[in-house]
Amino acid sequence: MTRFIVRRLLLLIPILIGLTLLIFVFIHLLPGDPATTILGERATPENYARVRAALGLDLPLHEQYLRYMGGLLRGDLGRSFITNRDVVADFAQRFPATIELALAAMLFAVTVGIPLGMITAKRRATWVDQLGTVGSLIGISIPIFFLGLMLKYLFAIQFPVLPSEGRIDLAMQTFPRTTNLLVIDALIALDFRGLLDVARHLVLPAIALGTIPLAIIMRITRASVIDVINEDYVRTARAKGLPERMIDGRHVLRNALLPVVTVIGLQIGLLLGGAILTETIFAWPGVGRWIYDAVTTRDYAVIQSGVLLLALIFVVVNLVVDVSYALLNPRIRHS
Amino acid sequence: MTAAAATAPAEERSIGLWRDAFHRLRRHPGAITGGAMVLMMVLAAVFAPQLATHDPVRGDLANSYIPPLTGDHLFGTNVQGQDVFSRIVYGARLTLGIAVMSVTIGVLVGVFFGALAGYFRGWVDGLIMRMVDIMLSVPGLLLAIAVVAWLGRGVVQIAIAIALINIPIFARILRGSLLALREADYVIAARAVGVRGPALLLRHMLPNAMGPLIVQATLALGTAVIDAAALGFLGLGPPDPRTPEWGVMLADTYRFLSRAPYLAFFPGIAIVITVLGFNLLGDALRESLDPRLRR
Repeated sequence: MTRFIVRRLLLLIPILIGLTLLIFVFIHLLPGDPATTILGERATPENYARVRAALGLDLPLHEQYLRYMGGLLRGDLGRSFITNRDVVADFAQRFPATIELALAAMLFAVTVGIPLGMITAKRRATWVDQLGTVGSLIGISIPIFFLGLMLKYLFAIQFPVLPSEGRIDLAMQTFPRTTNLLVIDALIALDFRGLLDVARHLVLPAIALGTIPLAIIMRITRASVIDVINEDYVRTARAKGLPERMIDGRHVLRNALLPVVTVIGLQIGLLLGGAILTETIFAWPGVGRWIYDAVTTRDYAVIQSGVLLLALIFVVVNLVVDVSYALLNPRIRHS
Repeated sequence: MTAAAATAPAEERSIGLWRDAFHRLRRHPGAITGGAMVLMMVLAAVFAPQLATHDPVRGDLANSYIPPLTGDHLFGTNVQGQDVFSRIVYGARLTLGIAVMSVTIGVLVGVFFGALAGYFRGWVDGLIMRMVDIMLSVPGLLLAIAVVAWLGRGVVQIAIAIALINIPIFARILRGSLLALREADYVIAARAVGVRGPALLLRHMLPNAMGPLIVQATLALGTAVIDAAALGFLGLGPPDPRTPEWGVMLADTYRFLSRAPYLAFFPGIAIVITVLGFNLLGDALRESLDPRLRR
C-alpha cells in the first residue's frame, strides 16, 4: 500500500512540471503577445517595451521559465494586471465559496442519482426505466448555462421562491466568517436562520451544477446494479430467502457502488469547469466568477494563475481519489 | 500469396461488422431519434440562407422585443430587433462548423499520437502517455478558456481550443485498442506470415480499432457544441458581437430574462436538441458496434 502511494506521488512530479510548462508555453510561445493584447495594436513603442519589461518578456525563455517556477514554489504567482492585488491571496479568499458550491452540487447529484439508478435498474425495461434513461440523456445534454438561466427564470423571477444571486442576504450576515464556508460558519455560530438563508442560496446553483453529474452517476449506477443483480451470490442470497430489501442493501448496492465511486471522483474536473458558468449566472463570489471577470477585463495574470491553481487542485484531488479507491478495493492495490 | 491470404479473412470480418452494425442501427429507436435531430440541424445549417426569413445580423430597433409567432417573426425578435429564428438557423452553421472542425483536428492529431504510442510502445509510449496525462489534468472548459484568452477570439481559435480537449482523449482510446489488438489472433497470424511495420498497423490494426473512435467522435461532437456555446456565453465567442452564435445569444438574454424569457429559450433548446442528437447517436453506435451484442 505504501509503495502504491509513493508511486502515485512520484507520478505527480512529471505531471506538475508538464502542467507548468504547458501553461508557460501558452503564455510565451503561441502567436499573440500579452503586451499587445493589454495595450492594443496602436501602442507606442515605449509603452510596449515598458509593459514587456514589467512582464519579464524581455528575458531569455529559460530564464523566464525559471523565474516563473521560482515564483510558483514560493507561492507567488504575481499580481492582477487590473487590480494589482496578489493573485494567490485572491484565489484563496474565493476558493471556499467554490468548494461549498461544488460539494452541494455533488451532494445533490449523489443523493438523487444513486437511488434513481437503483430504481431504474430494478425495473429494467419497464416504462420507469425508459423514462429514467431518456431523462438522464437529456440531463447530460443540457448545458449548465441554459439550465441555470431556466432555473433562475422559473424559481426566482416567475415564481420568486428562492434567491438567485450571491451566497447570503447581507442582513443575515451576522456570524463571523472563520472558514468562509458559510454552512460551517453558521453552524459554528449556531445561527440557524443564517444557515437556512445560506442553504436557500445554495439550492439553484447546486441543481444547475449538479445535474450533469447526477445524470452520469445515475447511468453508471444503473449499469453497475444490472451487472451485480445477475451475479451468483445475489441468486444465492435470494435462494436462501433473504428479504429483498436486505439483498438490495447488503449485496447489490454495496458491490455495485465501486464503479460509482470512481465516477464521482472523475466528476471533479467537470464541477471545477462548470463552476465558472454556474457562478457567472448566479453571481456566486467564487473562483469561477473571478476567472470570468478576468476574461471580460482581459486580466491575463488572473486567467493563467486561476487555471493553473484549479488544475493543480484537480490533480491533487484525483490523487486522493485514486488512493482512497485503492484503500476500498484490494484488487487495485495489488496490481 | 502469404499477405493476401492473411488479409482476406480480416477484411471479410470487418465488412461484416460494419454491415451488421448498420442494420442494427437502422432499427435502433435511439439512433433514429438522434439521427433525425442531427439531420434537422445539419439541414438548417446547409439551407440557412433559404430558411432565414430575415437578415441574421441587421437589426431593426423599431421592432425590438416582438414576441414569438408574431407576424413573420417565428421566434420573435431580440433587443436590437434581430430576428431570433434567422439567427438560430445561421447559428447552426457556425456551431456545427466549429464542432466538426474541432473534432476532426482532435481525431487526426489524437490518432497520430495514439498510433505512435500503441505501435512503438517503450519510451515513445511513455512520453506520449505522460503528455496525455498532463493535458487531461486540466479540466476541459478551463483549458479552452485559457487557450482562447491567449490566442485571441475567433472561430478558428475556438476550434483549436476545443480540439486540444479532444486530442488526449482520442490518443488514449486508440492506444488502448491497439494494445488489445496486438494479442488478437489475426494480428499474430499476419505477423507470423511476415506482415510488418506500417502495413500491419494500417491494414490490420487500425481498421479494427475504428469502432470506439467513431463512438467517441460522435459523443465529442455533442461536447464540442456545448463547449463552443459555453465559450460564447462567457464572452469568448466570435469577435464580432453581432455574430449569430447560440452561446452569445444566450448571454445576451441574461439581463432581459424577466422581460423576454423566450430569447433564452430558443437558442437553449437548439443546443439541447443538437447535443441530445449526438449523444443518442453515440450511444446507439456504441451498442451497434459492440461485438458482444452481435447475434
